[in-house]
Amino acid sequence: MFFLAFSHLKQFLFLVLLMSYKFQNFLLIIMLVFCPSAVTSNEVLVGGSHTHQKSEKRLGFQHESPVLSYEEKLDFKVGQAIFEKIWVFAPSSTTASDGLGPLYNARSCSRCHKGNGRGIIEIEKSSSPSLFLRLSIPPTTKRHHQQLTSGKIGFIPEPTYGNQLQTFAYPGGRAEGTLKVKYTEISVELSDKEEIKLQQPFYTISDLGYGSLDKSFMFSPRIAPQMIGLGLLEAIDELDLLALADPDDLNKDGISGKVNIVWNEVANNNSIGRFGWKAGSPTLEQQNNAALNGDIGISSWMFSDHAGDCTQMQSACQQQTHGNKRRDKPGVNMLEAPKTMTDLLLHYTRFIALPAARNTKETKRQKGQKIFKQAGCQKCHHAKFITAKNTEHDSLASQTIWPYTDLLLHDMGKGLADNRQEFLANGQEWRTPPLWGIGLTKLVSGDEFYLHDGRARTLLEAILWHGGEAESSKQEVINLNNAQRQQLIYFLESL
Amino acid sequence: MRLSLPLKPLVGISLACTFLSACNSIYSSGASNTADISNSSVIDNYIHIAEASYQDSLVTAKALDTTIDVFLQSPTEENLNLSKQAWVSARAPYQQTEVYRFGNAAVDAWEGKVNAWPLDEGLIDYVATAYGTESDENPFYNANIIANTNPTIGGETVDASNISKSFLSDTLHEIDEVESNVATGYHVIEFLLWGQDLNGTNSGAGSRPATDYSLSNCTGGNCERRREYLKSATALLIDDLQDMRNSWKIEGEARKDLLAKGEKGGLTTILTGMGSLAYGELAGERIKLGLMLHDPEEEHDCFSDNTHWSHFYDAKGIKNIYLGEYINSSNVLTQGANLSRLIRLAKPKLDEEMRTKLASTESAMQKMVDQALKGNTFDVLIGEGNTEGNQIIKDIVDALVDQAKTTEKLINVLGLGNIELEGSDSLDKPKSVFE
Repeated sequence: MFFLAFSHLKQFLFLVLLMSYKFQNFLLIIMLVFCPSAVTSNEVLVGGSHTHQKSEKRLGFQHESPVLSYEEKLDFKVGQAIFEKIWVFAPSSTTASDGLGPLYNARSCSRCHKGNGRGIIEIEKSSSPSLFLRLSIPPTTKRHHQQLTSGKIGFIPEPTYGNQLQTFAYPGGRAEGTLKVKYTEISVELSDKEEIKLQQPFYTISDLGYGSLDKSFMFSPRIAPQMIGLGLLEAIDELDLLALADPDDLNKDGISGKVNIVWNEVANNNSIGRFGWKAGSPTLEQQNNAALNGDIGISSWMFSDHAGDCTQMQSACQQQTHGNKRRDKPGVNMLEAPKTMTDLLLHYTRFIALPAARNTKETKRQKGQKIFKQAGCQKCHHAKFITAKNTEHDSLASQTIWPYTDLLLHDMGKGLADNRQEFLANGQEWRTPPLWGIGLTKLVSGDEFYLHDGRARTLLEAILWHGGEAESSKQEVINLNNAQRQQLIYFLESL
Repeated sequence: MRLSLPLKPLVGISLACTFLSACNSIYSSGASNTADISNSSVIDNYIHIAEASYQDSLVTAKALDTTIDVFLQSPTEENLNLSKQAWVSARAPYQQTEVYRFGNAAVDAWEGKVNAWPLDEGLIDYVATAYGTESDENPFYNANIIANTNPTIGGETVDASNISKSFLSDTLHEIDEVESNVATGYHVIEFLLWGQDLNGTNSGAGSRPATDYSLSNCTGGNCERRREYLKSATALLIDDLQDMRNSWKIEGEARKDLLAKGEKGGLTTILTGMGSLAYGELAGERIKLGLMLHDPEEEHDCFSDNTHWSHFYDAKGIKNIYLGEYINSSNVLTQGANLSRLIRLAKPKLDEEMRTKLASTESAMQKMVDQALKGNTFDVLIGEGNTEGNQIIKDIVDALVDQAKTTEKLINVLGLGNIELEGSDSLDKPKSVFE
């Protein structure tokens, strides 16, 4: 009886909530109609109250959100120190910093995310830590198909080399290989006969440490993305993303946009993906811990395998001493990165502030912004969101932000394709990367390497690589006159 | 003398003194000297204290050099210990100067040569196997300059035949643009005297044998080159300290830079330095990080287990600046116009608050030092499961954060605008709005 009444009550409450929700919308509409100023938001503060206005642009991606309290700000600094921490091999005099590898791409987070900006490719070096290869094979067995169907893994790892190619190894061990990239040039002619040279990358994997790769192996090069505003991207309401999605292009605007559905290690379910070049990770925390495990070889509560990305085929690697062991208490297993540490990393990566937009009042910028819209760029590089009302940290809620992304997957054409699946993302689909902060790339990173593999040396090159759903927008940019193109770039650089 | 004071603040002072017990003791001369108090006299005294404390650092570094000469003459354990003691003594004045680094670009740019840390010690000398053999960040991770006269690294051969001052400062220091290639300064000398601390969070510092410097009974190999390294590194430290001492003299760069900022700019620099050292740097990077991770690698003076004094004197340096006084290693007092009195003119209670906070920090620091003197050094105190020790360190963090909060109030009272207190990054950069 009581149960019945209670369940009715719940339904009743739900109805009331629904009605009040609708009513709210109604109110909002009234506000929109009658007080337009109430919704004009400040485009300078691209990250809402998580925007900083510090002048030293080189350090522009390293500041904490101004809203943090004294204590939270101190934890941000501590988290930053962990981000910059250089890991060492186990066993060492220090159990807190050991556990590197056995196979790894870098010894610290900041090695690849230099200044928290986009990664850079050191072309003359044999391997650039900021760029690595994801590896996989097509599903061949029944089990493979089952695994993919369950949505628990996004792809089938290469049997010997695992999820990615690690270019460094433990003392006495062999690295998986070296990765080199070479470019050939392709010309694109703009409407006013100006010729732009694009770089088509070619990858060479040499010095394979563990025998040959599977005959049907697939790879996807990935460069380190910028680290700003990640807490805000996570705070965008799922419903807003679903509202933007149009996987079958029902509105016939040529733009599909689909959410990636990926495995959520904590919720233990299939969730919407947001982070990574193919939106392969549902939460910032999972993205962090996956990178810690795959790139540095550090175990955490979420990915507790101390051997990182060593496969069963790499037995010597599996047997390496790891940082989980307590020398003073044999038999007690710890994590190489304890929860305290990964929590601090999460806090840090969540609250890196956005630099304010520059030159927003200049006509040249405004013209550029207009072109951006006219060319349809904004259909994927969705300019503005208001973050969800309820978020884990109150300061991230109801923020008006300007990330210029829809976090959705789009077909970008053959030119950019990696021809490799990741959960629902097919070989031509990539997640729209946010454009906020992009104008500071050169100052922050010291160089410019745009797109998922860093092949584009300028913003214009990056635009000219767009294809697939973005083909018509690209054509519009090609057809612009020189002055207009400069206005467009000027707009992007102001972000 | 320079400035005739308006009546109101004077009244404030006399009122404050009736309520402040401190007026009877340390500050007894305060009221009579208030006529000398002005923004510029506070800045002038800040400069005098800089000069006095860098001079003191120089004197104690020279004393260290003398004991090292004796040690190299006769490399016994006893003489090694005397050198170690001299190193510890030399750290006391130097750490009190650290407050100058934050806010003064000239000091910050120079600091890397004398106090850079942490370091990849494999660059310099032999290390335990656990140190590892390679690093993706640092090709010189294991260069071992003492053992290698002509190492070829990354395809390039380095001529290390003479471990001279210029070789250390111009070639080896930060070689290949890697920051952890620290070839000069206090911590290098510390490593050369103590060796690696392989005790983790257990008690005990590095234990390099004196025979590592023996010509007749050499351990660790290449003793002659190790002697050369130690001697050159110490001589270089003396040169660098001399430069910084001179930089605060009339016509010195640091002094001129500071004075060029004007009164408001000068006070901003002083307070930014005090707040940033306490907050981002000391409370955050140097203490809380190690505490949360229970990580002895986060120790500041890790080879010698001298971290407690290093932190203690960092905090003392902040107090020195606020009270406008410095007592050198020969117990000579330098004293003058200070922030404490300046604040008292405007807001007596705030001055009292700040002095209370400084005292709390000092007493929290003292507790750590007391433990360390009993053998529970910083690395032991931050050890996992050492609840009592962890609490002692946590109290320091809390006291420093508290102190930084009050520092921010001082900044407001002096009308210096919105300054952010941070760590070592970007302190000399003026805050400005994009548009």
